[in-house]
Amino acid sequence: MPSTTETSTAVRDQGGAATAAPPGPPPSRARRPSRWWAWGFLAPVTIYLAAFYAYPLYRNVELSLREYTVRSFVQGGAPFAGLDNYRTVLTDPAFGPTLTHTVVFTATSLAFQFTIGMALALFFHQHFPLSRTLRALILVPWLLPLIVSASTWSWLLNSDSGLVNAALGVVGIDPVNWLTSPGWSLTSVIIANVWIGIPFNLVVLYSGLQAIPTEMYEASALDGATGWQRFWGITFPLLRPVSLITLLLGLIYTLKVFDIIWIMTKGGPTGSSATLATWSYRLGFGNLLPEFGPGAAIGNLLIVLALIAGLVYIRIERRQQLR
Amino acid sequence: MTTSTPRAWWKTGVGLVLTGLMLFPVYWMINVSFTRDQDMRASPPHLFPTNGTLDGYRAVLDQQLPYLGTSFLVGLGTVALTVALAAPAGYALAKLRPPGGPALSFLLLIAQMIPGIIMAMGFYAIYLTLGVLNTLPGLILADTTLAVPFAVLIFTAFMSGIPEELLQAAVVDGASRLRTFWSVVLPVSRNSIVTVSLFAFLWSWSDFIFASTLAGGGDHQPITLGIYHYIGNNNQQWNAIMATAVVASIPAAALLILAQRYVSMGVTAGAVKD
Repeated sequence: MPSTTETSTAVRDQGGAATAAPPGPPPSRARRPSRWWAWGFLAPVTIYLAAFYAYPLYRNVELSLREYTVRSFVQGGAPFAGLDNYRTVLTDPAFGPTLTHTVVFTATSLAFQFTIGMALALFFHQHFPLSRTLRALILVPWLLPLIVSASTWSWLLNSDSGLVNAALGVVGIDPVNWLTSPGWSLTSVIIANVWIGIPFNLVVLYSGLQAIPTEMYEASALDGATGWQRFWGITFPLLRPVSLITLLLGLIYTLKVFDIIWIMTKGGPTGSSATLATWSYRLGFGNLLPEFGPGAAIGNLLIVLALIAGLVYIRIERRQQLR
Repeated sequence: MTTSTPRAWWKTGVGLVLTGLMLFPVYWMINVSFTRDQDMRASPPHLFPTNGTLDGYRAVLDQQLPYLGTSFLVGLGTVALTVALAAPAGYALAKLRPPGGPALSFLLLIAQMIPGIIMAMGFYAIYLTLGVLNTLPGLILADTTLAVPFAVLIFTAFMSGIPEELLQAAVVDGASRLRTFWSVVLPVSRNSIVTVSLFAFLWSWSDFIFASTLAGGGDHQPITLGIYHYIGNNNQQWNAIMATAVVASIPAAALLILAQRYVSMGVTAGAVKD
């Protein structure tokens, strides 16, 4: 299997891996009745899922439906509050701007990550000397711990001593307060997030390109198609399914982004780069007096968004496998 | 595809430039880690660490070793627990096809879409009640949630490639299912175990959200918090911060050098990263 990762079947295989639908049983042995014992092998992971996914999720819902104080958080007995926490959050003056930031952060990050990733994938698909090595090196930003990337970008974008402002100064542009002015903080965290996300887009789109049969290009070359025509006529339509998957996975991961924003700006200044994820964290852990109820409520709103995207992703994956 | 060489090398040149641009922030991190304090705010900034210093790395040795040690232990624990949970599950889903298996795969897929902040808040509430906040096992358990769903999917994909004949032969020899798993399936799945272990280690090593919520107040703090406290406390000593960042990047670099071919597999196989 590992040796096939670079081959043309990569995306199809990985797609199968992603949904992990086990290949249908061979017809001769289909519908054998007594396979329940196989759950012996699945028992550990099932118990694990219940204890460390389902239960924390349940606790989170419970947090959002009760009126918790620090005292009742430790000792229990918080009164049931119904949807009060959700009402608090939705009517908070910060809700509108934060939702807008989340949408802008996600959409802008995706647009740039995808476009640049696609351009790089097309470029590296041409197979030149060293292309494999260079493609592997570009993965570095994706593999680095987020705290490393975020602190490096913080220093690059530092108002007084950052390299970015020094470079702008050479061109004659006044220094920008990237991280400390409300007008630029969201842009700054988007820049860092785009940088981190490009490798993922590159790798997935590249394996999608690998799956396009070369004969198609040869045929169109005989017909005298230009490179641009080949891209819009062959590559783009054939890459659509993979592109869709890339964008949806990107959407799910970008909605979750917390570390980069929190480390670079803490969602500030004055909430100008806060997203639902950082707001939730701030309410739960960022202040001296934690507000777990509203924090959990925002978290649950976020999960609904992520799950909708996730279900769309799974539907598309399934439909493509049926084809 | 070894066509006209001059043109191909011209493309290599462009490729080098593009890679250089992408990796420039990494270079900058390394550059700053060697820069002297008095040069830190030089204008324009020094592009090379002429008059370089090792002060930053000395600070790492003096102050960050306990953090690195904690991260290493947490990483090992996460790897062990992840493989122990996920390998049998992958085998069952790939080869034994139990009723309800697809439903479990579906749940695993959903599980990796849950935002970390939600998991962290739930874990915090539970750990507070159980009194396991700021403990190593607590952090290890939470960190495994970053890797287990991914690991099961990888194992399932790899193990469905194991030839049936191999497993049949073991059964004919009278081996039980458990024995088949232990002495046939696991040894031939070495590659997938390596892939899963590397990613599980990397993700637990890189974890910030569980560390800051579940281990932020204890004696055992991982390196991500080491860097975070650095940024918060003495934000003047950027060479020390960046030196720590360089050291914290070593596992990622090692992963890329030692296991390059597994990495793109890992990225594309329902790639997960917060």
